[in-house]
Amino acid sequence: MKIISVAFKNLKRKRIRSFLTIGGVAIAVAVLVSLIGFDAGYQRALTGDIDKMGYQVLVTAKGCPYEAATLMLKGGGGLRYMEQAVYDKIVKDARIDRITPQLIATEFDKDRQNGQGGIALYMGVDDSYLKLKPWVKFKAGNWFSNDDADEVIMGYEVAELEQRLPGDEIFVPNLNKVLKVIGIFERTGTQDDGVIFLPLKSAQRIFNLSDKLTGIGIKLKDIGELAAFEEALYNEPGIQVISMAEVKGTIFNLISSAKVMTNSVAVIAVLIAVIGVINTILMSVFERTKEIGVMKAIGASRLDIFRIIWLETTFICVIGGIAGDIIAILGSSAVEYILRHILPYAPKGQLVLITPWLLGISFIGAVIMGLVAGIYPALRASSMRPVEAIRMGD
Amino acid sequence: MNDILIKAQKVTKTYKLPAEEINAVRDIDLEISRGEFIAIMGPSGSGKTTLLDILGCLDKVSGGKLEVFGKDVSSLKENFLVNIRRENMGFVFQDFLLISTLTALENVKLPLLFAGLREENEKATEMLKKVGLAHRVNHLPKEMSGGEKQRVAIARALVTSPKILFADEPTGNLDTKTGKEIFQILKELNQKDGLTVVLTTHNNELGSQAARTIYLRDGVIA
Repeated sequence: MKIISVAFKNLKRKRIRSFLTIGGVAIAVAVLVSLIGFDAGYQRALTGDIDKMGYQVLVTAKGCPYEAATLMLKGGGGLRYMEQAVYDKIVKDARIDRITPQLIATEFDKDRQNGQGGIALYMGVDDSYLKLKPWVKFKAGNWFSNDDADEVIMGYEVAELEQRLPGDEIFVPNLNKVLKVIGIFERTGTQDDGVIFLPLKSAQRIFNLSDKLTGIGIKLKDIGELAAFEEALYNEPGIQVISMAEVKGTIFNLISSAKVMTNSVAVIAVLIAVIGVINTILMSVFERTKEIGVMKAIGASRLDIFRIIWLETTFICVIGGIAGDIIAILGSSAVEYILRHILPYAPKGQLVLITPWLLGISFIGAVIMGLVAGIYPALRASSMRPVEAIRMGD
Repeated sequence: MNDILIKAQKVTKTYKLPAEEINAVRDIDLEISRGEFIAIMGPSGSGKTTLLDILGCLDKVSGGKLEVFGKDVSSLKENFLVNIRRENMGFVFQDFLLISTLTALENVKLPLLFAGLREENEKATEMLKKVGLAHRVNHLPKEMSGGEKQRVAIARALVTSPKILFADEPTGNLDTKTGKEIFQILKELNQKDGLTVVLTTHNNELGSQAARTIYLRDGVIA
């Protein structure tokens, strides 16, 4: 028998109380892990989303930048159009490494979402699209046979949703147009997975938007020239330049106030858990005054008593920490689901990033919490005088 | 070694209450020699338990001089008193005071743990056998009768081989028959093993069986 087992057995004295206290610690740890995991995951997912666009700068028709930012991340520029002449002018700029014009069009399809109806997203692109996004691979089929073909390449998700394979046809309901599926992209983990691509010229023709574009994606040779590049386009009428760094900043701003709230919740949860642990252990110390007294009578030193109570507190927090980590792991998909529905913009990819490192740190945090919370009750117990403790209530 | 284990000279214990000071025991002169069987008797409130606590180094004296095993402990602090108790003394209490979460065997092993001694299961089991509880080693206190609990408490007190056993009203919470059995165990420990036993009781029938009785009245030896 060891001091540690004497301490552990004390937890079984009032099982429900121990269970509830451990539960409090577990919830605090789970909240912490989820929130920190969300912080890390959201930033990573958003950065990944933006990096996977392949361009650092998007030129769009003038409009509300927030609306543009949101719409753009959902698949393209705001649905305002600019003249293709702008593209023809910008494309000559020597600072540009790669550039791709885009024309986004949406059509309501009443058959989508099991008959509820939904928006189908079309994007007209040319060959430069693949140059800007070299990681995009074909799952099946090929690129368009020519730049004005009545053909589409489907993003991974939309192809799954509509159950299409190369050689199949899709129907654009409001335009009474039938298009042939020529290829399907592999999953990219970006919004492009939900887009139906068609040649730029075909898109302009089919949607009656000749010589129109919604956006131009640009990758510069040197990111350091970004400011000068934006400056040069500043006086161009009817367009605006959005750098992806700005978009990131805008979105982080949007969620930062929510983050302050959630972080406060986490801090409060931890504080409540600490107070709960101290309260439980103090109560249990006072209930056991006689037992502590008798242990002293039969030879327990102050240090022995201190260790018993301290270990007991630490046990609660260790078990709570492990339970909290498990809850966080098991609950992460639920948290992910909820966040996806309440956030103004949720990037693709994992929102709550729970790493072994994070789990380890939270666990160590819980242990430290136990060590700190245990000091006062342990001191109280160890400083009881044996005779007073034993004779209490006599 | 000197055969006088404990020597009290003019020992006084005063409790300070907000309104007054109470002399729980006063001017106690007492010598306890090896192998004695002493019953401290007297009515409730006469200071029996206080005297036992002081002799057992559970409490500090307020005045006078107390020598335990030849050492003056009058002014020692709890940090030092605990070592004296651990090495030389065993304790049995009226309400048993077993640790409720530990089994009989674990309770008996506890003093070994605190003393940093090797926890020989055999030693603890042997002690339980000695008090007639070989069949109850793995039972929790709540599964045992009062008499059984007091036997465990005696085994616990003996496991570190103390020189002296203090028992505070060891039969006070037991029925007459069980009380006699417990008293008999203490007597045998004294007679067969030569263990020095000091107990308090207000049971005259049992007290009168002790080799030596000390009567207290109002904190003074009568």
